[in-house]
Amino acid sequence: MGIEILGLPLMYYIAMVAKVLVAFVFVLLTVAYATYAERKIIGHMQVRLGPMRTGWHGLLQPIADGVKLFFKEEIVPSQASTFAFLVAPLIALIPAFITFAVIPFGGVIEIAGYMIPLQVAAYYDTAAGQVMDINVGALYILAMSSLGVYGIVLAGWASNSKYSLMGGLRASAQMISYELSAGLSLIAVFMLSGTLSLTKIVELQSGMGGFDWYLFKQPLAAFMFFICSLAEINRTPFDLPEAETELVSGFCTEYSSMKYAMFFMAEYANMVTVCALTATMFLGGWNGPFAVAVPLLGPIYFIAKVYFLMFTCMWIRATLPRYRYDQLMHLGWKVFIPVAFANIVVTGVIGYFI
Amino acid sequence: METLFFLIISFVAIVSAILVITCKNPINSALALIMTFFCLATYYVMLDAPFMAAVQVMVYAGAIMVLMVFTIMLLNIRVDSSKKHSHKLVFGSIIGFFTVLNSIIVIVKGRAALPTGPYSGEMIQKFGHTELIGREMFTNFLLPFEVTSILLLVAIVGAVILAKKKI
Repeated sequence: MGIEILGLPLMYYIAMVAKVLVAFVFVLLTVAYATYAERKIIGHMQVRLGPMRTGWHGLLQPIADGVKLFFKEEIVPSQASTFAFLVAPLIALIPAFITFAVIPFGGVIEIAGYMIPLQVAAYYDTAAGQVMDINVGALYILAMSSLGVYGIVLAGWASNSKYSLMGGLRASAQMISYELSAGLSLIAVFMLSGTLSLTKIVELQSGMGGFDWYLFKQPLAAFMFFICSLAEINRTPFDLPEAETELVSGFCTEYSSMKYAMFFMAEYANMVTVCALTATMFLGGWNGPFAVAVPLLGPIYFIAKVYFLMFTCMWIRATLPRYRYDQLMHLGWKVFIPVAFANIVVTGVIGYFI
Repeated sequence: METLFFLIISFVAIVSAILVITCKNPINSALALIMTFFCLATYYVMLDAPFMAAVQVMVYAGAIMVLMVFTIMLLNIRVDSSKKHSHKLVFGSIIGFFTVLNSIIVIVKGRAALPTGPYSGEMIQKFGHTELIGREMFTNFLLPFEVTSILLLVAIVGAVILAKKKI
């Protein structure tokens, strides 16, 4: 196998670094252009043009925005608690990015006789002839998303401003409530798959020419998971934490410059992750016609599904008005959680008799 | 590779554990405690127990610490109150001293042996940690599991009664 470092072939390290870079750059670019796409799509839906000035049809807009935010003045409020204020954007951003480590974005490809599974936290076991990944991938994602809430809570508290505090409190209450129903709706999928490993869950959806998706077996769970995830990442119609009209953009009122940009990036990175997870869990991941035979088709199908779901997010934002806070809590605790439990019971009963 | 990783994680765990008790600001202490929990989760992963790791992050770092942070935030404790409770520091250091002594004795005498039982490392590799835990929990330990859930239900009902004035 050529050169070995610490008991592992050199190819292993090259493949790992390459996969990390590819996934990271993919998420970063998607985040940058998601802001542009959102403005453009919402613009056209409201019969406006959206950004047009920077570059052809405003294509350089994200870069201009980035440069602008980078060179703005950094302001730390004098009464803020400095450490928490500085570290909060990072805490929001990092969990959003590292969740992508366990999501499989393609099948196994072969480069120079070395099998590389297209998933960051996985390797190909040649002896067993299968992909070994972290076998609690789905739980890992839920765990990381439960860490993301700290960024927002801390930002709200550390700013030492009442709007920020209200925004932070709202955000955390909302995220904790909807995390529950999102997790519960995933349990119905785990009952069908019998595993928490995302690679296996994708494999199990590869039947019927790549269309044996859990969306068709668990439509209710898919619908609920997507809605709850939108609420968990504070997207419209659940974007109460940053409601401009009442809270002056909530937890990030006092933030400026790059730190504000980090919250923005975290929001969009969360959107990418949630869409990728929904695609993996319910839309068959990288599966599609001929995806097993032609490995390079896998990433294309996966990206197409993720982008379609992201388009749906933006579409929802352009269409629906914002929820009121009590309506949001009512929806989360009194509608989604009982329905998710009922879904689990029904899945169990049907699974027992089939 | 694994030893190096272990050393790095241990360093972070110990430094953040020290920060928990030395930070003046309680929120920063809470952050350091979250970091410690996170490092503990990494140890579970290294011990081939990924399910425990995920649960550690979800329950301790995710749920319990959110409650703690909330409490600190809403009570708005900003003043360092450790001077008022200096006698507690003495007892704390005595307890800490004996715990460290105990663990050193156990390690030196080599009593911290590998666990024995029906579930060996190969079995965990084959079935996966999650499945084995689930199997045990819903067969041999079903009664304790159900008792725990009733206990939690009682706690929830109690919290609702305390919070609501009129039922």
